[in-house]
Amino acid sequence: MSQMGELGRVMVLAGGLSHERDVSLRSGRRVAEALREAGVEVEQRDADADLLAELRADPPSVVLPVLHGSSGEDGSIRELLELVGVPYVGSRPGPSRLAWDKPTAKTLARRAGLDSPEEVVLPEETFRDLGAADLLEAVRARLGLPLVVKPARGGSALGCSVVHTAEQLPAAMVGCFAYGDLALLERHVSGVEVAVTVLDTGDGPWALPAVEIVPDGGVYDYACRYTAGMTEFFVPARLDTDLAARVGSAAVTVHRELGLRDLSRTDAIITPEGSVQFLEVNVAPGLTETSLLPQALEAAGLDAGAVFADLLRLALQRAATEYRPDSVSL
Amino acid sequence: MSSGSRLDAYVERYAARTRGMTASEIRALFAVASRPEVVSLAGGMPNISGLALDAVADTIHDLVLERGTVAMQYGSGQGDPTLREQICEVMRLEGIAAHPDDVVVTVGSQQALDLVTRIFCDPGDVVLAEAPSYVGALGTFRAFQAEVVHVAMDSDGLVPDNLRAALAAVRAAGRRAKFLYTIPNHHNPAGVTLSRDRREEILAIAAEADLLVLEDNPYGLLGFDEAPLPALRALREDGVIYLGSFSKTFAPGFRVGWVLAPHAVREKLVLAQESATLCPPAFSQMAISAYLAGHDWQGQIKDFREMYRQRRDAMLAALADLMPEGTGWTRPSGGFYVWLELPEGLDAKAMLPRAVTNRVAYVPGTAFYADGLGSRFMRLSYCYPTPERIREGVRRLAQVLETELELHATFGETSGLGPAHEEQPGLTAPGPETS
Repeated sequence: MSQMGELGRVMVLAGGLSHERDVSLRSGRRVAEALREAGVEVEQRDADADLLAELRADPPSVVLPVLHGSSGEDGSIRELLELVGVPYVGSRPGPSRLAWDKPTAKTLARRAGLDSPEEVVLPEETFRDLGAADLLEAVRARLGLPLVVKPARGGSALGCSVVHTAEQLPAAMVGCFAYGDLALLERHVSGVEVAVTVLDTGDGPWALPAVEIVPDGGVYDYACRYTAGMTEFFVPARLDTDLAARVGSAAVTVHRELGLRDLSRTDAIITPEGSVQFLEVNVAPGLTETSLLPQALEAAGLDAGAVFADLLRLALQRAATEYRPDSVSL
Repeated sequence: MSSGSRLDAYVERYAARTRGMTASEIRALFAVASRPEVVSLAGGMPNISGLALDAVADTIHDLVLERGTVAMQYGSGQGDPTLREQICEVMRLEGIAAHPDDVVVTVGSQQALDLVTRIFCDPGDVVLAEAPSYVGALGTFRAFQAEVVHVAMDSDGLVPDNLRAALAAVRAAGRRAKFLYTIPNHHNPAGVTLSRDRREEILAIAAEADLLVLEDNPYGLLGFDEAPLPALRALREDGVIYLGSFSKTFAPGFRVGWVLAPHAVREKLVLAQESATLCPPAFSQMAISAYLAGHDWQGQIKDFREMYRQRRDAMLAALADLMPEGTGWTRPSGGFYVWLELPEGLDAKAMLPRAVTNRVAYVPGTAFYADGLGSRFMRLSYCYPTPERIREGVRRLAQVLETELELHATFGETSGLGPAHEEQPGLTAPGPETS
């Protein structure tokens, strides 16, 4: 592409201090390589204490944040980029926060007419103040078993467990709270697990083919996510045309409802009855060798380097526009 | 209809021994531990900042100019003869009388572990090892599909009665242990040292049971308080295979270790070495040989000892000042590690994410058991951070423990977390005195 030189010096931000640092570094390396192959000048950089000073002293033309987990997806790094006025790819801070907080995203998805597994959201403090036994019993009575315990904010299935018996529940809570102080307990929904990437390179958001996930052992945990061979993927997902369209439409709806920008990845379960159950949406989807978004791009016949170059170009074009408040209100 | 992909074209072809080789959350968390914001009490990286780098540089400069065509050529499968003579000098400090012909140089002592396991263990063979044991050794035993039977320690190291019991149990099952793997000095991870009396007793038990002893001794010259105890190999020539290393007494980057083995074993080790690497790196061997010949290496070890002693003192003082009640730990007399026992009900692996969030890292105890035990323990390394950082790390860790104790008080009574984490009788880790 002849216009690559117009992008100037691109900074891929990856690493950081979240629990997903390792995943982020791998995502960063992969997307940086794809961009270089597309002829873009790329510098990969960690997010550390010198970042702000460097962005001020020697700003890149545009930033591609590939930071996963807290700071990367909770809006804070994007807030910082807005403060220093450096254009970047991806959602703005406010919508990022909405997506990062799974209970909030579920609420907004429901508001837009989507289904999502019933949940109970409780902070560590509540268990400490009120006692765990009765509270857990009430949760179990409400959601039934099995149920899913996960940190309300976080990714890569860290701190997540599927709880099959009441005896497993306290240990699952302790494991969850090690990653954050807010727990999302969710009714377990069986069905086809899919991830749908939504892309918007300037013509409005559209859904890439859904990726169907079939992990060994049935749970898409950390090992299954990042060990090649432990999960079988079907791209596009084995869905009939109508269901495939509804899943894609649901992901676009979430993208719009939360006010997301450029790209997102929605994870959902499709029940045997054909109900699309929204689980979560990610503003910084993984880009590793085993991640879902690169598979969706490939299935759509898109080159990752070219797509991210388009998104970088779009970010540069936006740079001239004035600051406007986030369009979503709660 | 689309077809499934596993993103790995070779997934059906891997050997059965690769089954445990998967991505892990714990390993991912260690990526954060490498950042300077985190006080890492996890890694066992030797602190080589005290090395006289200019002198080492001169040595290597001369090596390249004067003997470069030899140093950069293939070498002997058994290792450089001059270095093997010098290795015998090093081992003499711990009472070992050895002939250079019985030494095989390896790529760190980790490769020595690999070669020894390779020539002795078939899949399903039993290896005895202390509880807990060195994670790298357990990984090697697992790779060769050996079954590890742990033998408990206490503050004086391996407990002879427990070794007898383990041998009897293995025999009763109609099996035979191929060898006992032991780290007698400044144990990794337990931080304890096998007492002088017990050395004789362990060797007597081994002799009686015709049990081969694999003595791993990377820290023997890094004792703080006393002259080194005689190595097991110093007390008995037959039936002991000895592993040594320059990684802690000089620098790990050269990757030079060695095996001292009885003649017949040594022959097989050389053949195994030749099939594994052709030869250990000549350049590294000659660089170390030149360093040993031209520098006060014993003075350097003395400096290392003093530096590590200060760090050990800093960690023990911080633990005593800051750790909550119910926490216990060993008091190492050398080496790199303190083995810490958490208050009842806490799980070191489960709380690691919280620790990383609080910018401190350690290695959960489960890494040091082949059978999933050890969740109530952690290994703390004091070798690398400064004394000030060590104290700060312990302070952060203490905060994590306090929070986990609150969480356990909240969920513990309903979770069965306490009893579920009890160690099996006879397999408890060394019994540290609680502060």
